[in-house]
Amino acid sequence: MTLAVFWGCTCIAFGPALGLCLVTVLRHPLRVIILVAGAFFWLVSLLLSSLVWFIAVKASDPGNKPLQKGLLIFGVLFSVLLQEAFRFLYYKLLRKAIEGLVALSEDGCSPISIQQMAYVAGLGFGLMSGAFSMINLLADALGPGTVGIHGDSQLYFLTSAFMTMVVIFLHTFWGILFFHGCETQRWWEMAAVVLTHLIVSGSTFWNPLYVGSLIPSYLLMFAMAAWAYVLSGGCTRNLLQRLQGQQSETSPQPGS
Amino acid sequence: MAAGRGAEAWLGGILLCALGCGVCWANSVERKIYIPLNRTAPCVRLLNATHQVGCQSSMNGDTGVIHVVEKDQDLNWVLADGPHPPYMVLLEGELFTRELMLRLKGTSRVSGLAVAISKPSPPRGFSPGLQCPNDGFGVYDSDYGPQYAHCNWTVWNPLGNGLSYEDFHFPIFLLEDANETQVIKQCYQDHNLPRNGSGPEYPLCAMQLFAHMHAVTNTVTCMRRNSIQSTFSLSPEVVCDPLSDSNVWSTLKPINASRKMDPADEVVIVATRIDSHSFFWNVAPGAESAVSSFVAHLAAAEALHKVPDALTLPRNIMFTFFQGETFDYIGSSRMVYDMERNKFPVRLENIHSFLELSQVALRNSSALWVHTDPVSGRNESVRPQVRALVETLLNSSLGVNVTLQEVSQSQPLPPSSFQRFLRARPIPGAVLADHRAAFQNRYYQSVYDTAENILMRYPEGLSPEETLDYVTDTAQSLAEVATVVARALYQLAGGTGNTSAIQADPRTVSRMLYGFLIKTNNSWFQSIIKQDLKGLLGDEPPQHYIAVSYPVNTTQLVQFVLANLTGTVVNFTKEECLNPERAPGADKEMYDYTWVQGSREPNSTSRVPFCVQSTVHLTKALSPAFELKEWGSTEYSTWTESRWKDIRARIFLVASKELEIITLVVGIAILVLSLLATYFINAKAHVLFSSPGDVAY
Repeated sequence: MTLAVFWGCTCIAFGPALGLCLVTVLRHPLRVIILVAGAFFWLVSLLLSSLVWFIAVKASDPGNKPLQKGLLIFGVLFSVLLQEAFRFLYYKLLRKAIEGLVALSEDGCSPISIQQMAYVAGLGFGLMSGAFSMINLLADALGPGTVGIHGDSQLYFLTSAFMTMVVIFLHTFWGILFFHGCETQRWWEMAAVVLTHLIVSGSTFWNPLYVGSLIPSYLLMFAMAAWAYVLSGGCTRNLLQRLQGQQSETSPQPGS
Repeated sequence: MAAGRGAEAWLGGILLCALGCGVCWANSVERKIYIPLNRTAPCVRLLNATHQVGCQSSMNGDTGVIHVVEKDQDLNWVLADGPHPPYMVLLEGELFTRELMLRLKGTSRVSGLAVAISKPSPPRGFSPGLQCPNDGFGVYDSDYGPQYAHCNWTVWNPLGNGLSYEDFHFPIFLLEDANETQVIKQCYQDHNLPRNGSGPEYPLCAMQLFAHMHAVTNTVTCMRRNSIQSTFSLSPEVVCDPLSDSNVWSTLKPINASRKMDPADEVVIVATRIDSHSFFWNVAPGAESAVSSFVAHLAAAEALHKVPDALTLPRNIMFTFFQGETFDYIGSSRMVYDMERNKFPVRLENIHSFLELSQVALRNSSALWVHTDPVSGRNESVRPQVRALVETLLNSSLGVNVTLQEVSQSQPLPPSSFQRFLRARPIPGAVLADHRAAFQNRYYQSVYDTAENILMRYPEGLSPEETLDYVTDTAQSLAEVATVVARALYQLAGGTGNTSAIQADPRTVSRMLYGFLIKTNNSWFQSIIKQDLKGLLGDEPPQHYIAVSYPVNTTQLVQFVLANLTGTVVNFTKEECLNPERAPGADKEMYDYTWVQGSREPNSTSRVPFCVQSTVHLTKALSPAFELKEWGSTEYSTWTESRWKDIRARIFLVASKELEIITLVVGIAILVLSLLATYFINAKAHVLFSSPGDVAY
């Protein structure tokens, strides 16, 4: 669908992630390392889950459509569980890393906190997940044709871009929630992350009824965002104060 | 450690397998967007000394909205009314005429053309060749018979519209499969038809054709660029190749191919062409224009070899099959050039007479016409020999169902290889054809010159083996022509015996017609080729285009058939056959030895190979213009074919420009918004994330 659609979809899918990276990650080398390592962990989890799915598909009868659909659902389930398992593994690794950083530092304090690591790790997972979802489509978006000759919806590229954007956000917030759950031993937070991940991945089976996959995903994303905001130390009072502070510039703020 | 390495290797193997399989399938998103068209033939660019002809597309293909033109009025939408130019026209075969093509050529609203092959063939005939084929390269010019030059006396191909020799700036493809044509028409009807009076709405069905040609202007330019590339570049980018292949020749009495013939020896040459052409690349069924003549020639050769006193005839007979005659006589001009420079065993002085078979399958009420050259016929030394030759021919048709008649002696020769020999030296000769003046062939050098054109009809329900051996009327008629030719040649070579025993075998003719027009992968062809050449045989009708890489399938098949029909089986082992100098009694200089795979045993899958001794040779058929590096020559053929990288076609839907711009604007807005939001949140983070708790941010 030519260059206009290519750039449009790239910006929709990766615009927010690019903003987050540029502003918060790229100027801090330690965060860059954690970002890339997180992306790599997600990649390994995808590789292993795709191996399992591939073997299952090759071992089965390709003509049996319900079986293939069942195998796909099983594959998605297995992949989600494996991704979360790798997120846990990454948490363990980063915990160890913090001890090393503390030992290396001059003032006995780690230069990066586990909450910052959680955010960056989640962003890394999200970026790699988004790349794998979207790069394939973007390459075909460059050609002159659009989806539809076999009857599929014409909005395929747009909805895929929006879905990728929401998945990147979700992975970021899941990272914060999951690591917080691991830190404070609240297993129900980790279970919530796994459950919502399963719901979002499962909702994509509603496609091409894009309402069925996009709307639940965005609603869940806003819910996760709010939860992560609260867990990170933000609260609505500060938000309102900030907005009020903007309106009345003269009155000084009490020490905040 | 060993177990670990083993596991790694296993994992690596699986990964490689997965990658390999991924590469084999098309990308699944690509499959959602594009439908590739697999059974198509492109029109490519050919160049000669002064012009470029054919078609050209842009570097990354030409895209256009499909419009189906089934009658003349539909063309107005493309040329004037349609709101979404440029258009890709899908044309019915009958409308593919010169007038329509010139109208399309003059507009910029057309980005390409797809022609659906017309079944049955257009009833009024169709020929994209010239009205005067090979004009300027025959014998008639301003010095030699000026009244006959440029078809002033007889127009040989009146139906010729010259489309193959026009230059188009958009790609043109032939759709060979009716199912694919139906898919395209269905897509057009679903998306491109105007609804409720207003114009058609997006998304629209479109087609993209890739056929970018590298060569431009003419042969002089492209050969110059080739030589610059070869001289200065480590990996030269050649832009065009000369059309070339090999001529096949064989003699009745074996001669030493490496030494020159004695000047006292005389040879009677019988010649046919083995190639054809059409508007589209590598589509050249050539049934009437080439196959009929060389099949009759092969049958005559077989009949002559069976004559008991063949090896004691006073004169030798040379059976010659010229390749590239369609393109200004490439094969025959090269042979004459070699003969003049003593590079060929036979010299021009050795030629006693020349007999050529032109198109011979469409005989009207069993008439076969003898054409002779009027100018050399007035030459006092040649005239009596020409008369004797014609007499011999007319005598040979007694007792055969062929009525040989001579055309008016003031009519020039039709386009034939004999004209190139006459250019060098006045030789007595004649051309046999089924037409008196204009061609009987209404599909000369087109895609419709197929088995149906020469009325080859088989009854229903025959198996491939039965079809191979079934003698059609066409085969019978060609066998009769071959009988006449064989008898005439016997007498011309000085034979004095009774000629009524010389008969061409209709069964051989029908097998050859089946093999060269319908399917090369039949049991007979399989048994006469070498073992390592199985790729030569296919299930589709063979195409007889000269191409640029040699040898082409047609040349090789003619070589093997000629060896089988005129050679003898000798009792050598495989080692001796492949290395004749080690075999007792083999004469490598006089004969050629081929190890063929033989026929299949009944109730078995193995074949019984054997060694064939024959006098069949190949000689290069590359125009002398390329040997002499005279790329602008007007004396020799200078045809070249452009090179290309990618030729394919596909259809898909295109979206409106508005939707694309909206996507871009939304994307840029989201990018800018998110950058701003992130910047501000980060700047005010100490305010937003300040609540006391177990957070150190």
